[in-house]
Amino acid sequence: MTTATPTTASTGHRRRRNLGTLRRAVLGTIGVVGFLAAWQLLSTLRIINPEQLPSATDTFAQLGALLRDLEFWRNIGRTMTAWAIGLAIATLVGTVLGTVVGMLPFVRRLTHTMVEFLRPIPSVAFIPLVILMLGLQMPAALVIIVYASFWQVFVQVLYGVADIDTVARDTARSFGLTRASQLRNLVLPTALPYLMTGVRLAAAVALILAVTAEMTIGNPGLGRQLTLASGIGNYTTVYAIVIVTGLLGLIINIGFRAIERRTLSWHQSVRGDVAS
Amino acid sequence: MTLYTSTVRTPVAKSRLWAKIGENTLYAVGLPIVLLLIWGVVASVAPAKFFPAPQKIAVAFSSTWLGEAFINDVLPSLARLSIAIIIAVIVGIAAGTLIGLTRWLRELLEPLLEFFRAIPPPVLIPVFVVFLGVTDSMKIVVIAFGAIWPVLLNTIEGVRSTDAVMSETARSFSLTRSQRLFDLLLPAASPRIMAGVRQTLSVALIMMVISELFYSSAGLGYQIKYFQQTYLIAEMWSGIVLLGLIGVLLAVIFGFVERRVLRWYHGIKEVERA
Repeated sequence: MTTATPTTASTGHRRRRNLGTLRRAVLGTIGVVGFLAAWQLLSTLRIINPEQLPSATDTFAQLGALLRDLEFWRNIGRTMTAWAIGLAIATLVGTVLGTVVGMLPFVRRLTHTMVEFLRPIPSVAFIPLVILMLGLQMPAALVIIVYASFWQVFVQVLYGVADIDTVARDTARSFGLTRASQLRNLVLPTALPYLMTGVRLAAAVALILAVTAEMTIGNPGLGRQLTLASGIGNYTTVYAIVIVTGLLGLIINIGFRAIERRTLSWHQSVRGDVAS
Repeated sequence: MTLYTSTVRTPVAKSRLWAKIGENTLYAVGLPIVLLLIWGVVASVAPAKFFPAPQKIAVAFSSTWLGEAFINDVLPSLARLSIAIIIAVIVGIAAGTLIGLTRWLRELLEPLLEFFRAIPPPVLIPVFVVFLGVTDSMKIVVIAFGAIWPVLLNTIEGVRSTDAVMSETARSFSLTRSQRLFDLLLPAASPRIMAGVRQTLSVALIMMVISELFYSSAGLGYQIKYFQQTYLIAEMWSGIVLLGLIGVLLAVIFGFVERRVLRWYHGIKEVERA
């Protein structure tokens, strides 16, 4: 194992970093290509039955066919709509409730037991209930998505508000800042990193639940197309949809990490990262 | 550096102590009791179709789960859940340590890991069914696949961020490989690993329910779905309550284990804060 020794010469440092990036890109590409090659060989050499594991080329051909199908894009749109609405509601409600509960110690103590009991209930347990109440429609899926992603935001905001520096808070009070000003200049900057983490986690969870809801409730979207395809034994489509959901998840992860970096460019956690 | 912190403890007057305990209990159970009362009153004054009164759910709970179903549905579900969690934690820590320590392996696998962890685990259920059929091992694999990522990624990060001075010191004192691993690396990474395990538990519980919603004929998830399809609303609610209780139980067990494993860590934090 080699550990990079810090160099004072900035050019050497930069060259080393560029080399590091190049190395990472090359090795990463080798990894992906190797994986695809292994997949292709396993299937074409019949080490694994091609019925169970269609070859990589067949799967990507099917993926190409799907991408030319307008209905497939509509399904992606439906899934992402449910995802976006659910995430937006969860973020809004989670932030507001988290701030209110976090800032009032009395409410926080009062609700502690409720939170500790409600939070671990897996939201999928409510799927049968929402089917009865709302039918096989998107609102039913939304309830599931919101319930799961709400806790991620809520708990993070709660931690964030609790993290406020006591000296800073007392200072703000003795300088007679109004509640609104305290909220803007003290609570928000402290809690923002936590909020962003919460939203990032919630975005990933919301996608999982959006797809799961379509698979179990049967509201139209990628999840439903997946169950239908597996029902008729169309496994190239199944694998193609798995790849698409993975890519969607990847885009969401990368996107939210980028947003986090942007909005927190002033914050120590991000600045420290850049310097090292 | 030695840091002695001492706190002078003044004995609390007995009456005050009891008042304190009373206040704490009141805070802990006050709101749930009030809400349950309101729910109960509303449900008996104006019965809602899908929200049966708490006492009905309680009756349904004892008649549904505290008999045969406990052995036929709950225990197998819990067994699959615990096996999958153990697999996810062991494989996650082992693979995470290896990947975290080996730079070329980490760089080779990084894009693949990013992709696989982004796949919503439920979409792999049809895939696993093709390979393993509708069996217990399929369900265990589904749960473990969903649950492994937090442990794996946190272990990689934890192992990577081990203090450089410490690992240099360990090497210059010529500690053996296994000594370095078990006495330095894993303990140093354990706060991150435990944070990963905490996330793993809740993901695993979700995956347990989902794995039983498809093609299943027994288990907690199946039972809840069955009660919904047969319109047994109170029984269905009792299943949701049971899942909540399992979640709380997992959190309690985890809290206990975490306190033991990370005792040294919490100790350091307390000294730093004092």
